Amino acid sequence: MGGAIGAGLAAIGAGIGIGQIGKGAVEAIARQPEASNEIRANMILTAAFVEGVALFAVIAGLLAVLK
Amino acid sequence: MCIKWSRFLQTAVFSLFLLVFSSVAMANEEGANEKLDPAKIIMEHIQDSHEFHFFTIKKNNGSEFHATIPLPVILYSPQKGISMFSSSAFHHGHEEHDGYKLEEGKIHAVDVGVTVYDLSITKNVVQMILALIILVTLMISIANRYKKGMGVTTAPTGWQNAIEPVITFVRDEVAKPNLAGKYQKYLPYLLTVFFFILINNIFGLLPGSANVTGNIAFTVVLGVISFFVIIFSTNKHFWGHIFWYPGVPMVVRLLIMLPVELLGVFTKPFALIVRLFANMVAGHIIILSFITLIFIFGSMSSVAGWGFSPLSVAFAVFIYLIEILVAFIQAFIFTNLTAVFIGQAFEGGHDDHH
Repeated sequence: MGGAIGAGLAAIGAGIGIGQIGKGAVEAIARQPEASNEIRANMILTAAFVEGVALFAVIAGLLAVLK
Repeated sequence: MCIKWSRFLQTAVFSLFLLVFSSVAMANEEGANEKLDPAKIIMEHIQDSHEFHFFTIKKNNGSEFHATIPLPVILYSPQKGISMFSSSAFHHGHEEHDGYKLEEGKIHAVDVGVTVYDLSITKNVVQMILALIILVTLMISIANRYKKGMGVTTAPTGWQNAIEPVITFVRDEVAKPNLAGKYQKYLPYLLTVFFFILINNIFGLLPGSANVTGNIAFTVVLGVISFFVIIFSTNKHFWGHIFWYPGVPMVVRLLIMLPVELLGVFTKPFALIVRLFANMVAGHIIILSFITLIFIFGSMSSVAGWGFSPLSVAFAVFIYLIEILVAFIQAFIFTNLTAVFIGQAFEGGHDDHH
């Protein structure tokens, strides 16, 4: 059960993290619409990092459940 | 008038596709006497196996028809020598052959005390070889066209036209910004890693194919190769920063910075490994869970299974589209981070020392 709780907490973390990235990106696009392509590329790149960290925790939870 | 007709046709085809696909997914559910085990079903689709299994039809008289392509099994045992046979001899784990039996996808020897090394051509090996053949023939044919002068002064056409912006992207956005002086030396490795991961990711999304990039062994090998490329590009300045981090008090330098920086040399490739593995395996598990949900509902009541299946297929298609994006993104991230770490390895002095 600890693994499942851990994976759920990781999902919360990922949601908050990617939400902040999206918020920053959308505000930046609102300030300067010409830069929207670059901002979008950076947003997707940073979101992949945050998701990677969340998936570390999912793998740790999976190992806790299977062992 | 013709615009409206094609929109109607699109909607009709899409709904028909949803309905037909969900009904085919229901076809195996009749006669489910044994308890449904979703975790086992999902694990079977994620793991490597000795045959390509496409579907199973349970006939009315209780027998099953498996649509599979069996693959060669190659075993080496110090006690029994080399054995080679087709995996259909195992009959999906119901029979033993030549003193070996198949349990949950792994081959064990029947007698105790016989160690067996499994060197078979499994699903993952076949898919990696297929990706390799595609990669090599595509790239060599494109390179030959450049050598013959096509697409150099005029606009390129065909596959050349499709691959050139991708290679230019990797060179201009990944290699040149991170590897300022020496990007030519590392560009072959970065391009190979990018395209190999991308092709294996895309193949893994097709139903019935192997989950190569979601296999920890595959990503560990890629990570270890990247680790050695990084280590072999380091210079004295890099190691100086690790063992003698400038600009901090001596206590911090020895007690905190030294262990942290030394561990950092290993955790960066480790993060590359786990990031690629976890992203691909999580995507596959989500898609498989949505489809297995149909069978879980179906085992409760047939109506619930039928009613839920269009919803489940629609969600699975949505996740599929996200997974295609993730396939490209993860290949790009692996390549980009490898380039960043190689660049950090040989970057030399900054201006902020003095």
